Amino acid sequence: MIRIGVLAIQGDFAAHARAVGRIGANAIEVRRANDVASLDGLIIPGGETTTMLKFIEEEDLAAPIADFARARRPIFGTCAGAILLAREVYNPAQASLGLIDIVVERNGYGRQVDSFIAEVETSIEGGPLEAVFIRAPRIRRIGPEVKVIARLNDEPVLVRGGNILAATFHPELTEDLRAHSLFVEMIRSFDRSVATPCIA
Amino acid sequence: MNDNLMRLKTGLAEMLKGGVIMDVTNAEQARIAEDAGAVAVMALERVPADIRAEGGVARMASPKRIREIMATVTIPVMAKVRIGHFAEAQILEALGVDFIDESEVLTPADEEHHVDKHQFKVPFVCGARDLGEALRRIGEGAAMIRTKGEAGSGNIVEAVRHLRRISHEIKRLTILGPEELMAEAKQLGAPYELVRMVASEGRLPVPNFAAGGIATPADASLCMQLGAESVFVGSGIFKSSDPAVRARAIVKATTHYREAMLVLEASEDLGDAMRGLDVSKMNESELLQTRGW
Repeated sequence: MIRIGVLAIQGDFAAHARAVGRIGANAIEVRRANDVASLDGLIIPGGETTTMLKFIEEEDLAAPIADFARARRPIFGTCAGAILLAREVYNPAQASLGLIDIVVERNGYGRQVDSFIAEVETSIEGGPLEAVFIRAPRIRRIGPEVKVIARLNDEPVLVRGGNILAATFHPELTEDLRAHSLFVEMIRSFDRSVATPCIA
Repeated sequence: MNDNLMRLKTGLAEMLKGGVIMDVTNAEQARIAEDAGAVAVMALERVPADIRAEGGVARMASPKRIREIMATVTIPVMAKVRIGHFAEAQILEALGVDFIDESEVLTPADEEHHVDKHQFKVPFVCGARDLGEALRRIGEGAAMIRTKGEAGSGNIVEAVRHLRRISHEIKRLTILGPEELMAEAKQLGAPYELVRMVASEGRLPVPNFAAGGIATPADASLCMQLGAESVFVGSGIFKSSDPAVRARAIVKATTHYREAMLVLEASEDLGDAMRGLDVSKMNESELLQTRGW
């Protein structure tokens, strides 16, 4: 069975674990550096990036996650997770893992009273996706290698760069699990023969 | 009930799971809390221990103070209103706070009715001592429940009592037959539909956090192991001898609550915890948890 790690420092990791379970994969809570290497895929959930960054630094998690990405293993970040994966973050500027070529604005729509649910256009089969935006970030620029998979009013909200998937909304909070299914597809099509070896 | 609105409200509560929400009274404390890894701050005029010591009417914090805190941190900002004081809640919603705590720590404005929380776009958290109280608040629209514990006491005993009682009462519901649930709803004083939902799911329909008396990393670990999904720390941090270090330690213990070695590490060299009060020696009239119904 596919083993998907869910970074469980803080946030809605339990909702992701439920979504992963419902599409027939095995979810594993990840809190420490040693937990990462043996996974087939990694999800970075929603939550507070300032809190997660502290732990990533303290537990030395950045290096194993970067190694995992360098080995072209799939990583999926939602909301806070997308912020952590971005190349650049502003409002305010903060450190990030820099694993996907996007520029992200934090709290791009405002505070909690500005949170909303919308149908977003997507290239995934099956029509528009229901997307839950909670104090959500906005993707303000994408690099040439990054593909837009879903948009809201012409703005990218779900993007893929290599084997990194990033959503500004919360697919784990809806019944529609197509984004998670896409992530599992990425894991299934992972080709070990082209993967660069993981350098520890 | 507007279903999507409720999903947005409980959605934010989901994002705060596994974290620590800290009481702060000014921008400088808010900065310390955020730097320590708090997932949210609770803006208030005085921490519960001071409210207890100084007495007088405790009200919503001044908009100016809340605004300063909102301008200082990027994490969600919560603020408290008096039980039943929907006008204070309207002000906080207009101000743009991210969560409202309808709190027994402040002096109640209405001794019979709580705020109709369905009328608000901003989510509410409310305190509860048992399952019936939790389900009444959820029925009124609360998107998060926290134990009441005994705020400002630095004593974990009441939060433990409330956590255990709620989880015991939930377990009990799951073994009752469908024909027993109406009588149980009457007994609990809780909405029948919510009683049925808890009986079938085996958990509250909204996140369940711990509050009231948490003062050490061990207290946080205890609450998490008893089923709390996050912890609120009120007086415990800024009434201790070294707030920044203690705040960091409680955050660490909350994430790694099951790993004793890491909770041990978090418990070393913290300086003095807040002094605390023996709740069993207090008069009924001094208790904050008996406010609300």
